[in-house]
Amino acid sequence: MYSVNYHRAASVADAVMLLETGDAKLLSGGMTLIPAMKTRLAAPSDLVDLSHIDELKGIEVAGSTITIRAGTTHYDVARDERLKNVCPALPHMASLIGDPAVRYKGTIGGSIANNDPAADYPAALLALDATIVTNRREIAADAFFTGLFETALEEGEIVTAVTFTAPAKAAYEKFRNPASRYAIVGVFVANGADGVRVAVTGAGDNGVFRSKEIEAALATNFDAAALNGVKVPANDLMTDIHASADYRANLIVVMAKRAVAAANV
Amino acid sequence: MSDISLTVNGKRVGGVTEDRTLLVHFLRENLGLTGTHVGCDTSQCGACVVHVDGKAVKSCTMLAVQASGSTIATIEGLADGAELHPVQAAFKEHHGLQCGFCTPGMIMTATDMINRHPEGLEEATVRAELEGNICRCTGYHNIVKAILAASETMAKGAAKGKARQAA
Repeated sequence: MYSVNYHRAASVADAVMLLETGDAKLLSGGMTLIPAMKTRLAAPSDLVDLSHIDELKGIEVAGSTITIRAGTTHYDVARDERLKNVCPALPHMASLIGDPAVRYKGTIGGSIANNDPAADYPAALLALDATIVTNRREIAADAFFTGLFETALEEGEIVTAVTFTAPAKAAYEKFRNPASRYAIVGVFVANGADGVRVAVTGAGDNGVFRSKEIEAALATNFDAAALNGVKVPANDLMTDIHASADYRANLIVVMAKRAVAAANV
Repeated sequence: MSDISLTVNGKRVGGVTEDRTLLVHFLRENLGLTGTHVGCDTSQCGACVVHVDGKAVKSCTMLAVQASGSTIATIEGLADGAELHPVQAAFKEHHGLQCGFCTPGMIMTATDMINRHPEGLEEATVRAELEGNICRCTGYHNIVKAILAASETMAKGAAKGKARQAA
């Protein structure tokens, strides 16, 4: 790792100020940034640690409206009893990230700000039609995830929370790479007041995306059988040593079927 | 450089270290606590697991300066003098190791797992929650046996402790 200067932010305002130091990067759980720095894929001059900011922690459930502050760990999302009652798909998804040690540290804000094309949270938030709250504004998930490791966040903008309305039914199914445990394909389905939304991670050439084909098939019949014969085009899907685009296209439908079946239980 | 201070295995320790120093290197090189191992160095194998403020984390994926102010437990802090911690004793009893390189991380992960499941553990849970710890020798069977046995021993110990308190 190259040399770096560490700063511990006491508040979001403090973090914004510290972020102006050199080529500073925000550090939350560090489960992606620290490994990237160790391999020198990232070499920020300064780190601004957000993990000691109380205002960035906690989960609020008010009826079906859920707010998760950005510094909340995967562990805390996975075990939250109120969340399990209102939207069990999300804590289940959080329980599938990495391993227990990673889930103690990794945060929802860090995950979505990084927008890894195989990360789980981007699919969840896109399917749940979530709103991403920053220190400056609110951004709809549809506008937030803009590409591979790219988001709508501007310089000096910090994710402070995500908020969404719990759908009537939702589920997440992930086909994992057996070594890295990242999603080769992950599909989050949500059947809410505004219809069915289906988001796919791990597969898109340009990161997380909504599958119009699957959403259309489920719109009138939210049943796994409605996906029989549905084809997802492989044009914009990734091909790598783990899976071809065609294989991923097939997996998307398979995972979507499983997710719908799980959501209907 | 930062002047950091933390509590490691009950002792207040500190020192001036580069901000890029990983917690595992601080423990091993500054404090001489070489029980915590560096295996893969890529947050996958879990040989470096220690407890930071009661939670099992990978010390190769955390800067020492991030842990400043925290309370750390390493494998060296588990035993009570000559008496092994129940998880250590169970790994010995059930031969939950061969070369032993992964064992400190396995035991720190197991201790955290048992603490997190006071209701008791099942084999499937143990196997699922060992996801972040890799062993290349044992095939895991005896590690799983050891953790299940330790979980029972510790539950009995807790029950006895409660009975003693009640009496």
